[in-house]
Amino acid sequence: MTATATTTSLRGAGRARTGRRGFGAMLATEARLWLREPGTVFFALAFPTVLLLGVGFAIPGMRDPITGAEPPWEGLVAIAAFVPIVLAAAIATPALTTMPVHIATFREKGVLRRLSTTPMRPQAILLAHLVINLVAVTVAAVLALVVAQLAFGLPVPESTGTVVLSFVLAVAAMYSLGTLIAARASTASTASAIGTLVYFPLLFLSGLWTPGPMMPEAVERVAQFTPLGAAAQAMTAGWFVQDFPTLQVVVMAAWTAVLLPLGVKLFRWS
Amino acid sequence: MTRTTHQPDGGSIAVEVRNLRKEYATKDGTKVAVEDVSFSVRRGEIFGVLGPNGAGKTTTVECLAGLRQADGGAVRVLGVDPQAHPELVRSTLGVQLQESALNDKITVAEAMRLFASFYDAPADTAELLRLLDLDEHRDVAFGKLSGGQKQRLSIALALVGDPQVAILDELTTGLDPQARRATWELVERVRDRGVTILLVTHFMEEAERLCDRLVIIDRGRVVAAGTPAELIDSIDAGRTVRLRVPAGETQRAEHILAGLADVTSVTTEGREVVVVGTPRMMLAVERALAEEDLVPDGVRTVSRSLEDVFVHVTGRTYDPDTGAESGAGTTTRSEGARS
Repeated sequence: MTATATTTSLRGAGRARTGRRGFGAMLATEARLWLREPGTVFFALAFPTVLLLGVGFAIPGMRDPITGAEPPWEGLVAIAAFVPIVLAAAIATPALTTMPVHIATFREKGVLRRLSTTPMRPQAILLAHLVINLVAVTVAAVLALVVAQLAFGLPVPESTGTVVLSFVLAVAAMYSLGTLIAARASTASTASAIGTLVYFPLLFLSGLWTPGPMMPEAVERVAQFTPLGAAAQAMTAGWFVQDFPTLQVVVMAAWTAVLLPLGVKLFRWS
Repeated sequence: MTRTTHQPDGGSIAVEVRNLRKEYATKDGTKVAVEDVSFSVRRGEIFGVLGPNGAGKTTTVECLAGLRQADGGAVRVLGVDPQAHPELVRSTLGVQLQESALNDKITVAEAMRLFASFYDAPADTAELLRLLDLDEHRDVAFGKLSGGQKQRLSIALALVGDPQVAILDELTTGLDPQARRATWELVERVRDRGVTILLVTHFMEEAERLCDRLVIIDRGRVVAAGTPAELIDSIDAGRTVRLRVPAGETQRAEHILAGLADVTSVTTEGREVVVVGTPRMMLAVERALAEEDLVPDGVRTVSRSLEDVFVHVTGRTYDPDTGAESGAGTTTRSEGARS
């Protein structure tokens, strides 16, 4: 045990690094723990793929071309209209359900308080979860697209850049909303309740139950001002239409600009 | 920008608290959590902060750990002000906070490795796990540990940075008596390794058993300070003996004992005669009863405890859960019954 016989002056030597030391271990540990929760892993990684396959194979006509609709829908395989919506759901599900619950659990269990007493800052565990979620949502989206491509054959996006930009902005807006929920909820069950309450209306407005041409125009006009509705519409525009979805892009950026600073400001550390 | 390096020091004093004051804003004004608390902890001792829940113990600890800003007074940990430089205290002060859990899925070894990674010069985690009797539970997930094991892991995590001072807050709350006693032994082992321990508790017995010195805090103020023995002796040097005498003999017993030189009072409670007097009273009582051939069925000497100290200094019975007033009265714990 000579290693622990550190002198007083040595203890001060590495202080400049305190707060950053151990972030790698934190990220690795949190990622391992994240993978140990089957529910979280399923909803974050497999849910979008399962949703696409389920809709594509279970609902009659989804694999047939759309007929009698206005452009750009005419002639498109029906399930394709569903793809941007599933991507939006892939973002919203972890952002509004699992992530806020995880963070509220840290607060409820005193994990944030315990970290506050060590040289590691409690912000690090939030950063670790942000990284984990960003990796997960990217993996989930790629997985869903690859599987859908193999199963149904999707059209190539009109503008890949617009789709990617819309996806990134959608992630920013939805995780900002998730952060705001996580900022205040004192218990995991409160976070879960609030998250679910916001999740389903947003899914409806993204068009999960009324994909593509089936969404009524009035709903579509309301939906374009919501973060998830704008996300689905912007990705749809980038995929099937050539026009740049300016309004939807601005809407997502605006939600992020308002919600993220608010979530950070209101965050309760204990 | 250069900043003065603060070498952790403080001489023989490890922790110092001077006239600490902390208020919280509530709906109807402010609530004073800590009114005026002062104490100093010497290096190498187990120092107790004892008091009912809500007395201001945890707030005091949070100010020491740099988690809260005090409204008045001064605190020093190894010579460093944790209010001004919390980052300097975190590497030398280990804190085990009340009701602080971990992810249910994390194993003991993973938690130790993770927390060790935060420090420049961590302790040997394998040795710590052995010290706290956790090495055979290395691969058990936190959610599957017993209450006592969770608390032991919590102590291990507080010590993983190889701190010079450790604060242990309500260490044994929720543990069964056996696990509690086992935990006490571990605290002594940790102290024997050279770690100064600030023990925060509402268990009188725990403080009496473990602490070298302690303060009793009530309603945000220190109401008593000293070693457990000093505090107990200070309230009253008198001794109390309860004699259970044969039916119909209480009056005769009272008559025999009332006149003795070392006895200050004799009262009857049912079949028991309660005799209060000086430490020499015991001998006189036995001699007097022997002369009159009055043989008691049972004799109990009632020893004073920290609980009596609390009652004496506050005028209230000790109610660990609320700290609320519940009327004056004496609670005594009996020891050394011989019947």
